[in-house]
Amino acid sequence: MNPIEEQLKTALKVLEDASDMAALEKLRVQYLGKKGEFTQHLKSLGQLPANERPKAGQVINQAKQQFEAALDEKRDVLKQQAFADRLAKDKVDVTLPGRGQSNGGLHPITLTMNRIIDLFIQMGFEVAEGPEIEDDYHNFEALNIPAHHPARAMHDTFYFTAHQLLRTHTSPVQIRVMQEQGPPLGVIAPGRVYRCDSDLTHTPMFHQVEGFLIDTHISFADLRGTLQAFLTSFFEKEDLQLRFRPSYFPFTEPSAEVDIACVMCGGEGCRVCGHSGWLEVLGCGMVHPNVLGHVNIDSELYTGYAFGIGVERLAMLRYGVDDLRLFFENDIRFLQQFC
Amino acid sequence: MKFSEQWLREWVDPELTTDALAEQLTMAGLEVDAITPAAPEFTNTVVASVLSVEKHPDADRLSLCAVDDGSNEPLNVVCGAPNVRAGMRVPFARVGAELPNGMKIKRTKVRGSESFGMLCSGRELGLVDSADGLMTLPDDAPPGQDLREYLNLNDCSIELSVTPNRGDCLSVAGIAREVAALNRLPLHTPEIPAVPAVIDDVLPVDIKADKACPHYVGRVIRGVNARAETPLWMQERLRRSGLRSLGPLVDVTNYVLLELGQPMHAFDLDRLAQGLCIRLAQPGERLSLLDGCEVELKADMLVIADGNGPVALAGIMGGEATAVSDGSINIFLESAFFAPEAIAGRARQYGLQTDSSQRFERGVDPEGQTLAIERATQLLVGITGGEPGPLIDTGVGRPAPSGITLRQSRVTQLLGLTIEDEAISEILGRLGMTIESQVEHTWQVTPPGFRFDIAIEADLIEELARSVGYDQLPSQLPVIGQRMHPRPEGVVALGSIRAALVFRGYHEAITYSFVDPDLMAHIDPNHAGVKLANPLSPELSVMRSTLWPGLLNALRFNQRRQIERIRLFETGLNFIQQGTDLQQENYIGGVVSGTVEPEQWGASARAVDYFDVKADVESLLALTGNAKAYIFKENQHPALHSGQTACIEFRGEPVGWVGMLHPAVRDALKIETPVGLFELRLDALQTRTIPTYTAVSKFPSIRRDIAVVINDDVAVEQLRTTVEKVAGSALMGVKIFDVYQGVEVEKGLKSVALALILQETSRTLIDQEVEEIVRRVIDALADDHGAILRE
Repeated sequence: MNPIEEQLKTALKVLEDASDMAALEKLRVQYLGKKGEFTQHLKSLGQLPANERPKAGQVINQAKQQFEAALDEKRDVLKQQAFADRLAKDKVDVTLPGRGQSNGGLHPITLTMNRIIDLFIQMGFEVAEGPEIEDDYHNFEALNIPAHHPARAMHDTFYFTAHQLLRTHTSPVQIRVMQEQGPPLGVIAPGRVYRCDSDLTHTPMFHQVEGFLIDTHISFADLRGTLQAFLTSFFEKEDLQLRFRPSYFPFTEPSAEVDIACVMCGGEGCRVCGHSGWLEVLGCGMVHPNVLGHVNIDSELYTGYAFGIGVERLAMLRYGVDDLRLFFENDIRFLQQFC
Repeated sequence: MKFSEQWLREWVDPELTTDALAEQLTMAGLEVDAITPAAPEFTNTVVASVLSVEKHPDADRLSLCAVDDGSNEPLNVVCGAPNVRAGMRVPFARVGAELPNGMKIKRTKVRGSESFGMLCSGRELGLVDSADGLMTLPDDAPPGQDLREYLNLNDCSIELSVTPNRGDCLSVAGIAREVAALNRLPLHTPEIPAVPAVIDDVLPVDIKADKACPHYVGRVIRGVNARAETPLWMQERLRRSGLRSLGPLVDVTNYVLLELGQPMHAFDLDRLAQGLCIRLAQPGERLSLLDGCEVELKADMLVIADGNGPVALAGIMGGEATAVSDGSINIFLESAFFAPEAIAGRARQYGLQTDSSQRFERGVDPEGQTLAIERATQLLVGITGGEPGPLIDTGVGRPAPSGITLRQSRVTQLLGLTIEDEAISEILGRLGMTIESQVEHTWQVTPPGFRFDIAIEADLIEELARSVGYDQLPSQLPVIGQRMHPRPEGVVALGSIRAALVFRGYHEAITYSFVDPDLMAHIDPNHAGVKLANPLSPELSVMRSTLWPGLLNALRFNQRRQIERIRLFETGLNFIQQGTDLQQENYIGGVVSGTVEPEQWGASARAVDYFDVKADVESLLALTGNAKAYIFKENQHPALHSGQTACIEFRGEPVGWVGMLHPAVRDALKIETPVGLFELRLDALQTRTIPTYTAVSKFPSIRRDIAVVINDDVAVEQLRTTVEKVAGSALMGVKIFDVYQGVEVEKGLKSVALALILQETSRTLIDQEVEEIVRRVIDALADDHGAILRE
């Protein structure tokens, strides 16, 4: 073995033992720096006879390259190792909870109302709103419920004065819209309504979505079709069974109440549906000619339907809420369930 | 309307089970609310005769009875009822019987005496809610007959919810008419012959209000025994219709009311002075009613008056002074037609609703008065005896209902279904309508007098639809004209505003719009709340002028349930009366208490303060794209901490408040934690500036930090305004990054650190320019606010 090889062997050995970048750098300087051992050998080539120089140069260069390669390799290894150490040090328990603000949520009545509104907007309906303190004319008179009408007993009304009251339904919005705009009209009116009644199944304030469609060709068949489509979509039940029962509202003729097959028991009969298999969900009918007359719409030319949806009722059925009063207590443990 | 199924089936008996009949009624618009058996289940109970009664030797209150239950041997029975007497007929539960409460009757010994069965009260059989002794059966009840059979107890009470338009269905006869039409069956009307007069006595009746009372029929009956027992069958029918037996005079009028739908009234003839007059009340007249209340009469009230004044509210309730009693001997029966217009709403004025007013308001059969009085006379004389006088029949009569035109084309237009001519005629006929003529798919129809709900073509079309069955009508999706509805981009959707708060940890609350006036007085004493005339309770009696009372109540509700971190918001109308002007405007408000963030590891918990709530408000303002237009001004609000309250102004107008709840109000509401509140007018938040692009600079920006010392009472916002005013176009932004008060700053002063972000869009700023701007800013701050640069 010639001295160069001997030297390389020693250098590689030392390199192998180097444990950090600083040691590595020291070795680089020691062997490859300007005054490094291999550099010195190359510089001393000039002292050899000319014919020996190429061979000797080759040997030195080979050794130098070999060392350089080993140094690079060692550097990579140390780098990888440094990363690995760093990562190990930074390791966290990924199962610990994240930090920051929590999310709140919308009230289930809003969720239900939004859902109803979205479905009808898709069908081409527009949204309208009206005042909650109403006058007797819009809440009753114009809706074909004159003073002393027995139907007024069905509306336990909160009054301020003889003519000023809290609206008992969102139907007055129907009048307000029709006073301002002529047909064709397709409008839904969501909002708060009030009745002087409070027990297990009644709260003095609740929510309704009134809807109406007035045009030259609207029939009871359109009403049935619309409500079938709406309730099927709302409950996401393709085969939801509906039942239209004759009923009475002074502002529609013919009038109907709509039952759906109980979504809790599928019509078998349970506590929620009073063991009847049916749940009453809304009232509807064809707009009474007297109502159209009050807003100067020609009832010979135009017909229309109207319906009123009880939002709490649908929310209870949709989310399985079994006590109406929960909606207005605003218990955060209740509200959190609808995030 | 509650009635006995057996009673109905005497009139019309379709081949339908009880459930199927109920389904049919419901689907015809007469919704069945409840079906209850006439009596709960019990077994092995028969009619028995009490043969003898002896005192129990060892118990004062017990009797030893010998009872004949139809079997051969008399049975010994121990009985505790006070009214037991020899010779009476009573229900008897034999050994082995099971009673509704689950009790099984066994042979037992009571205080040493053997007892073979039990004599029963109505309560023990589940027939009445309370009883003070044995149920007394008629003396001709046959011992040994099964009690259920004897009392026809295998019957149901059907309860209908009759809509206000169907007054004609508030009687067995009316419902029977409907069932007969639905099933195409004949109606079996009981025979009601005219009762011949035995005496000549009459009472003069003078109608002074022809329109309100177009028909009045009356009859004198002398010598009745008002103490006679109402027959059991009648008592049972009344019971199954929800009425208690109150003696034969009242029972008979109630029975006729239920059977024929004609309300009647019986006066004690001896208490009436001279004849009767039907007239409107004179203002100031008073009347003591049967229920003991005294009312002052208004001029729109129709009354029956005698020589001394009003004796009854026509069609609503009789007076106390002329009412029949156990001691009545001579009576006057009234059967009248009072027009719905004359009765409607009147009972409600006095907080009354009677079976009579309910029917008259909706309309009774204008042809039914005579039949009803004959029926009542027949039944009454049969029970109480007495001598009927001739019929007193007076009145101008009610005008016949006017004809209605019905067009087949309109039927099709409204129902989306074409019904053939023959079918239309057949249905109309079945419902008792008179077809005056039929020409070219057009009918002239006169409805029967008792159908007050049928006045226009649409009413007839509903009748057709009802007869065909709503579920047989077609169904289709409407064709709605396609139109692109406007969706203005310059409006912030309410949904986005709600979402912004939800993402900042708020839950949405919905609270009542009426609140406690005491709470309102604490929170918004400057607005007299709009008061309800008839609130449900004092705590829900004024309309809110701010969302805070409801939200604070919700906060307290949660705090009482150990929930400490509360972030709630609500949107809705507030109601403010300004003179004659009532404002109802939409607001959004919030209430916050507890820690800023939920409890979590690795971060220290901090209670919310003014600036946290303000940040939430600012996040809403940011949605408008024009947050700078909203100015927070130091101000005072009765509900808020005097040093931590800002009024939010937009375009020079106050649009909201943000602040911390005043400690005094907190004390009054018994809230122990600091509470942040905000409220803004929604319309002020919903105006959005549509963005217009400005170029983003390609050149580097430079930041210069300066710290100045100013008087404590200078609002930092003023510094910012000054900086923005003088810094020039290179100023991209100002940040307040520190406010310091403490050892290094003299008392009454504060140090504010500002960062100026400077950048030009067309070139790189040179040092000299930057220094120039900073100098300008420092000078202006010194001049305007006395700010001293902190080195």
